[in-house]
Amino acid sequence: MATPTQSTPAATQAPVYNPKSESVTAKRIKSAIFHIVALALVVMVLYPAIWMIASSFKPNSEIGGANNALWSANFSFDNFATAMDGIGGVSTLTFFTNSLILAVGAVVGTVLSASVSAYAFARINFPGRGLFFGMMIATLLLPFHVVIIPQYIVFQQLGLVDTYVPLLIGKFLAADAFFVFLMVQFMRGLPAELDEAARIDGAGHARIFGSIMLPLMKPALISTSIFSFIWSWNDFLGPLLYLNTPEKYPLPLALRLFVDQTQSSDYGAMIAMSVLALLPVLVFFLVFQRYIVEGVSTQGLKG
Amino acid sequence: MTQSPTLSRRASSAAPQPRTSRRRGADARAGYTFLLPWLLGFIALTVGPMISSLYLSFTNYNLFDAPKWIGLDNYTTLLQDERFLQSVGVTLQYVVFGTPLKLAAALAIAMLLNSKRKGQGFYRSAFYAPSLIGASVSIAIVWKAMFGDSGPVDQGLSFFGINLGGWVGNPNMTMGMMILLTVWQFGAPMVIFLAGLKQIPADLYEAASMDGAGPVRKFINITWPMLSPVIFFNLLMETIHAFQIFASAYIISNGEGGPAGSTLFYTLYLYLRGFSDFRMGYASAMAWLLVIAVGIITLIFFKTSKSWVHYSGDSK
Repeated sequence: MATPTQSTPAATQAPVYNPKSESVTAKRIKSAIFHIVALALVVMVLYPAIWMIASSFKPNSEIGGANNALWSANFSFDNFATAMDGIGGVSTLTFFTNSLILAVGAVVGTVLSASVSAYAFARINFPGRGLFFGMMIATLLLPFHVVIIPQYIVFQQLGLVDTYVPLLIGKFLAADAFFVFLMVQFMRGLPAELDEAARIDGAGHARIFGSIMLPLMKPALISTSIFSFIWSWNDFLGPLLYLNTPEKYPLPLALRLFVDQTQSSDYGAMIAMSVLALLPVLVFFLVFQRYIVEGVSTQGLKG
Repeated sequence: MTQSPTLSRRASSAAPQPRTSRRRGADARAGYTFLLPWLLGFIALTVGPMISSLYLSFTNYNLFDAPKWIGLDNYTTLLQDERFLQSVGVTLQYVVFGTPLKLAAALAIAMLLNSKRKGQGFYRSAFYAPSLIGASVSIAIVWKAMFGDSGPVDQGLSFFGINLGGWVGNPNMTMGMMILLTVWQFGAPMVIFLAGLKQIPADLYEAASMDGAGPVRKFINITWPMLSPVIFFNLLMETIHAFQIFASAYIISNGEGGPAGSTLFYTLYLYLRGFSDFRMGYASAMAWLLVIAVGIITLIFFKTSKSWVHYSGDSK
């Protein structure tokens, strides 16, 4: 505080300068505290992932047990070599390929079916639209388990068990209502004048959808692709129900088989294989971080 | 828009009514054509199976012999089935403790991050990452290893003099481990909270500060009511989601729900009944009870929401 005895220039300077510099240092301290707390939390939250990656390079004897150093001096790729060998004569590369086929199929099916269906909900006036839209929203809340038994029975009778058809057909029929909803919301944000102008020019719905909507929907199509890829990649229940032959297993199912067969005796290889199975998801996340996090924050998509 | 198109249109068609009705007809046809994929899926993969599982729930069916009508037997047997009652208990425990804890963590971290500081994008992504991988088989395996005998959690706790041993084999600790796994995935609701917090006008807080309100008052009087629609959305979605946990429970318990049934989650028991014992009628009854339970909970949420969820403006 400036004292009354001080000369005028100092008096004017002091009140302006001092509080400001004080608040700047206070802000810096606050900011430093924020970053320390936030970083500590990040380390804590990411610790399981860090531990997983560190352990995958450790010899078996050093995972758990007395030696609890995070990084081992005996760094090696042995676990990955074992993991790549696969299980029961099937190479891990096969499991990767299977996962990839399923995930790419899921992306193609979901993008095609969800965008077409969403166009009907968002842009065409037809009787029953409101009712169907309500039902579509209701399926968002419906526990998936109520349909698995009859679905299984039907696919079994059609001889489609142990094929990819039961796992993919839903994707081509827009069964993941989340994506339909996401696209409807996105399309509703696009100006209606676009459609009207095209209609006056004589364009039908097919033209409007193909030439106007699809190109403008790129962000929604990208979020949909990313999420349907990751969900398919991580899906466990579907393959567990429908696939019996190890040659057809995607990674999550192969991992389970691996766990069953090694019975915790080879932790290192098990964790290395877990890392391999998550690798594409992690790469996706690093590359498309912004799309993924924005998709969650604007559409309320679950992880 | 200029006048000429409307004029020429009116001139070209003497009667405008047939034209609009024709357009309406064309729209209806186009509407159903575009909706076809979803409609087919809805009928063949949702409505049809729902009706047939309702029917199956009143039968004895093992996939090979014809379903045998037994009326309400499945339902009455369920109420005396100790494993079933245990699975209900396990699942409720998980939902009732896991979901609020997860949302509390999500809200706390979202509030911490809701400032104009550098690095917010990085923190947001880092905290979100577990949500993307948390439900996978890989993480379930890692979780099992981390919470196993002399795993890092056991060792970490021993360091502080807490000797619990491995959590995986201890029926009293497995639930804690499963709840920690769901709380770990707080990132998805956190990101949604963060988006909601950004919508709250800053001048509300400024006005409250002028009136001398502290952080607690501000939270109770501004943050909570303004954020209530987002809290409601997260609570509803996370609760429904929590009822359906499967993969992690399956992997952590080797598909058995052990030890001592402590991880026998509802969907895991449903799976075991339906696809290990092939008691498909019984499993269908379980599935329908789950649908009814989730429906009732959703209804309760919506009914009670009127008293605590505030929508700004009257638009919706």
